[in-house]
Amino acid sequence: MVNFKNRDIISIHDFSKEDIMHILKTAKRFKAAPAPGLLKNKILASLFFEPSTRTRFSFESAMQRLGGSVITLADAKTSSSAKGESVADSIRIVEKYCDVIVMRHSIEGSARLAAEVSNNPIINGGDGANQHPTQTFLDLFSILETQGKLKGLNVAIVGDLKYGRTTHSLAYALGMFGSRLHFVSPVSLQMPNHVMHELKKMKAKFTIHQHPEKIMPKLDIFYATRIQKERFPDPVEYEKVKDVYIITNKLLTKVKKNFRILHPLPRVNEINYEVDTTPYAYYFQQANNGLYVREALLALTLGKI
Amino acid sequence: MKPLRTFKVYAIKNGTVIDHIPEGKGVEIIDLLRLRQWRKIVTVGIGFSSKKYGKKDIVKIENKELTAEEANKIAIIAPTATLNIIRNFERVSKQNVKLPEVIEGILKCPNPACITNHEPVTTKFFHDETGELHMRCWYCERYFKATDVEVM
Repeated sequence: MVNFKNRDIISIHDFSKEDIMHILKTAKRFKAAPAPGLLKNKILASLFFEPSTRTRFSFESAMQRLGGSVITLADAKTSSSAKGESVADSIRIVEKYCDVIVMRHSIEGSARLAAEVSNNPIINGGDGANQHPTQTFLDLFSILETQGKLKGLNVAIVGDLKYGRTTHSLAYALGMFGSRLHFVSPVSLQMPNHVMHELKKMKAKFTIHQHPEKIMPKLDIFYATRIQKERFPDPVEYEKVKDVYIITNKLLTKVKKNFRILHPLPRVNEINYEVDTTPYAYYFQQANNGLYVREALLALTLGKI
Repeated sequence: MKPLRTFKVYAIKNGTVIDHIPEGKGVEIIDLLRLRQWRKIVTVGIGFSSKKYGKKDIVKIENKELTAEEANKIAIIAPTATLNIIRNFERVSKQNVKLPEVIEGILKCPNPACITNHEPVTTKFFHDETGELHMRCWYCERYFKATDVEVM
């Protein structure tokens, strides 16, 4: 039996397959049957030193749906961190007022440091370009929900693979579960070497592509991400590739029946609106799953399930 | 009779000799191992001839036996070094230094966005032998080539 009481949720690297399956099963329970009152008298401190909409709302909503309450930073600009207080000191103070902390901070490794100084569990809601583990858990939950398994799937991860932290963690987790990965991106935004190094170490199967068309018929999951214009050193290069990564119904003519499109959102123009009404679109359900996954993580780390 | 060997640095009775240090790294090793804190006599030899490496540095510490764990810290800047323990002028053990799997507090993370470069945190790196990306920072989780990571 996996025990999550008081455990920190910092990085996907801290979790085994068994751990991840336990989180996903718990989330499934919450999706099937709400548990109001489970976290009664528990307080979540929601420390978003960086702006967030979906992650913050879904954590705060998850806590309140389970009967707990939330204390929060109104605006990072008015917090003590803006006065120059260190992350470690902020956490040492806030942990006294709550039972669990979810935090987002632009500095990489800030959540790891917070976990080292806090006696209460820390949940990483994103530390700069490094980790965003709860996004990975909700991505995996959505893949498991639509495919019934995490092993042996063909998953394309598409878009900005160089800077997109969600793609790195997802690739690592799917590699661990034994899915085949197809990295589709412009050459300048390819998956970084260190991610491929980790995948090779665990003998995960992956291939690199620049265009998605040819692999569409064999895919189970298409995980799209945003390509930001400002990431390109040369705007001409951006103009050349921008349309290649836009999903339209035309691209979906030869896909399998179980094929689903996921996206961590917000989308800008990667997925044409016409795709929303196809049976393949799953990104809004995916975002909704964030709620159940975060309910599961709060209940598990507080030792209430 | 054994031919007399002339010592450029006199032999020590008891203690530790770190030999085969790459030339120019001897002084850095004294600081890295914080050898001054014990107030023992430390002798440094710089630019000695070495059959294997051409030139080398040597550090001798009197009346202090370094443990392998202590000495392994120097592997990051002196991978060729050997650790020799001397008792009553005799060498009783000799071993090569080996980079430990976890390296704490010696290296500076090259990632400017890493928390260790913003707050007073002891750095921690994991070292692995596979591929050329050897060093992983415990905090920002990035991989670095050993040659890209600086000693503090």
